[in-house]
Amino acid sequence: MPVRARPKKGARPPAKKPAFTSTSRGRRVYMVTGGLTKFAKAHPAMDFRLMVKRAYDYAIKGIPNLTPDRIDGTRISYFSDHFARQLKAASMVQDYLGMNPKGSVRIEWGGATGGECFQAAYEAVASGRMDVCLGAGFETMSRVATWKGNEFIALASDTNFDFPLGGFYTGYYALMVMRHIYEYLRLGKFAHVQDEREAQRLAIAEGSRIMSMVSVKNHLNALHNPYAQYPKRLSVDDVLRSEMISYPLTREQICTMSDGAACVVLCTEERAKEFTDRPVLVTGVGCGTDTMRLADRPFGKVPLLPHERARDYEKLPYPGVHSFRAGRAAGLEAYRMAGITRPTEELDFIELHDAYASSEIQTYEDLGLCRYGQGYGFVERGDPFLKGIDYGFPTPEAGAMPVNPSGGLIACGHPVGATGLMQAVFAFWQLQGTVPKHFGDPALQLDQPRRAAIHSHAGTGSAVTVSILERRFR
Amino acid sequence: MTARPLTFTRFRDAQAELERSGAVLFRDADGVESLVIRYPYSISYIHSYAEDSPFFLGLAEGRLRGSKCRKPKCAFVYATPRGHCMVCGAPTEWIDLPTSGRVHSWTTCHFGSEAFLKETPYNLCLVEFDGVGSLLLARLKDCVESDLYIGMPVRARFDPNPKYSITDVWFVPGP
Repeated sequence: MPVRARPKKGARPPAKKPAFTSTSRGRRVYMVTGGLTKFAKAHPAMDFRLMVKRAYDYAIKGIPNLTPDRIDGTRISYFSDHFARQLKAASMVQDYLGMNPKGSVRIEWGGATGGECFQAAYEAVASGRMDVCLGAGFETMSRVATWKGNEFIALASDTNFDFPLGGFYTGYYALMVMRHIYEYLRLGKFAHVQDEREAQRLAIAEGSRIMSMVSVKNHLNALHNPYAQYPKRLSVDDVLRSEMISYPLTREQICTMSDGAACVVLCTEERAKEFTDRPVLVTGVGCGTDTMRLADRPFGKVPLLPHERARDYEKLPYPGVHSFRAGRAAGLEAYRMAGITRPTEELDFIELHDAYASSEIQTYEDLGLCRYGQGYGFVERGDPFLKGIDYGFPTPEAGAMPVNPSGGLIACGHPVGATGLMQAVFAFWQLQGTVPKHFGDPALQLDQPRRAAIHSHAGTGSAVTVSILERRFR
Repeated sequence: MTARPLTFTRFRDAQAELERSGAVLFRDADGVESLVIRYPYSISYIHSYAEDSPFFLGLAEGRLRGSKCRKPKCAFVYATPRGHCMVCGAPTEWIDLPTSGRVHSWTTCHFGSEAFLKETPYNLCLVEFDGVGSLLLARLKDCVESDLYIGMPVRARFDPNPKYSITDVWFVPGP
């Protein structure tokens, strides 16, 4: 083994290594297939094992070389042992799929569970531990009544200081968007209004109207997605007039509880060539975190994306409770790894974790689709809408940066452990150009997209993952 | 012949019957029948507040206690207390917080988790205090949705019969 010569005294220290070099990324990792069940309020005829089995069978169907013996191991995700009422449920999935005695581990990270599972499968392949890894996830939320389910989810907030006050995630997100509306609409568009209460009332009404446009978009996109739980045509007024859950969030601005499963197969370049002539390369992965309690989010500086300047945010207390610092951190890491400096120009679409219409708008800003404070205008301009669909209001820039062409969580549902993998599957089909085949409907297929981001998000932004997928075929 | 549970094709109806009889048959659109039973589960936890204990004991005495980083160069002040500083990692010390603050953000919950459904509608707010670097989540009482705004002055009230819960303190409008 060669011994490195000691540097001579006075010699220049070695140049600092960049955070991501081609060697530190490990092996190139491709997605070669995916599958999912329809997301539904309840699937009483399928337990979690059968749901995953159906998603898995769909994924490997039609790939003759992808036989179960070619899979080296699995990463299996579900969020809640409370919902499952079965500890080691991931072991039962491994067993039911016939994967024993291969290696596996269960992944859990709140709402970002599915996104973390995708990245865990990525790491298994990138590290050289596996050549082919199955990432599979599920949730069975129908096993308790809706409000009990909300209680289970709220247990993912601090049980000393937050939960006993009326633990309710919609309440937490309402607190966040109220401040977002204050920072950017009250102090922005309505800065000229003298009466404080009147100004805040106007700002909330404006924010609510624009959030409703996001809800209309996602529900309407899903009309062409057979996997979606609640596809429907709504007007902005329908959304505003639906039941008030936590002011200002109404029922149609909030995702629902679901039963469902999804899976992906990730592998090395060599294997990818054997499995498909339309592989998709994972070119970036990123993850960020933040404090569990909203009350602890400090006020500091914005971590800048390449196209932003410190002077853009001189007076902005960040993140406070109005923005997701974890989402910004995840985006920064994934973009840096994928070499993305101008997200709106270099990404063709995003599958974004819209558990709330509010958090979709907040996330546009975290991911640099627009500057902080411009999320509402981004919706009004129409950028995140699809071209060629009539949403019932003008969307002049439709198609500029499609967000949630599948319908997102608001319309597809949110079976937590499956959700981040569902996004990977939908993004994969888009990049492959196979949406018409899998959906039986060409309406949602974008025109030859090359690069996409998927974004998975845990409670109040306590953890977020962003992964970048790119088409690697002609 | 053995009795069969009642059959339902709408899951919502099946859920209602489950509450009554404990077992149903659910028939889906493909005609597949699944046997669904009720499966109760309850537990009482032995929950220690551990290093957060002085906060909850303070509430019972009508004191609102935060924490302050012991490292003089840092000295971050927390409204929601924590044993160690998240900025620098040093231990913190207990301090008394002002009992008056301002609404940093608020909402009215018209629905909630099952445990709190009977209390709806209720207001939640994040309270900011002068000279304190973080916030406190609390209930906001004696006011309705239309009264509330960001920046509204609020003051703390304490439960004379403490339950040793964060709900022993709440805020009401007023300086």
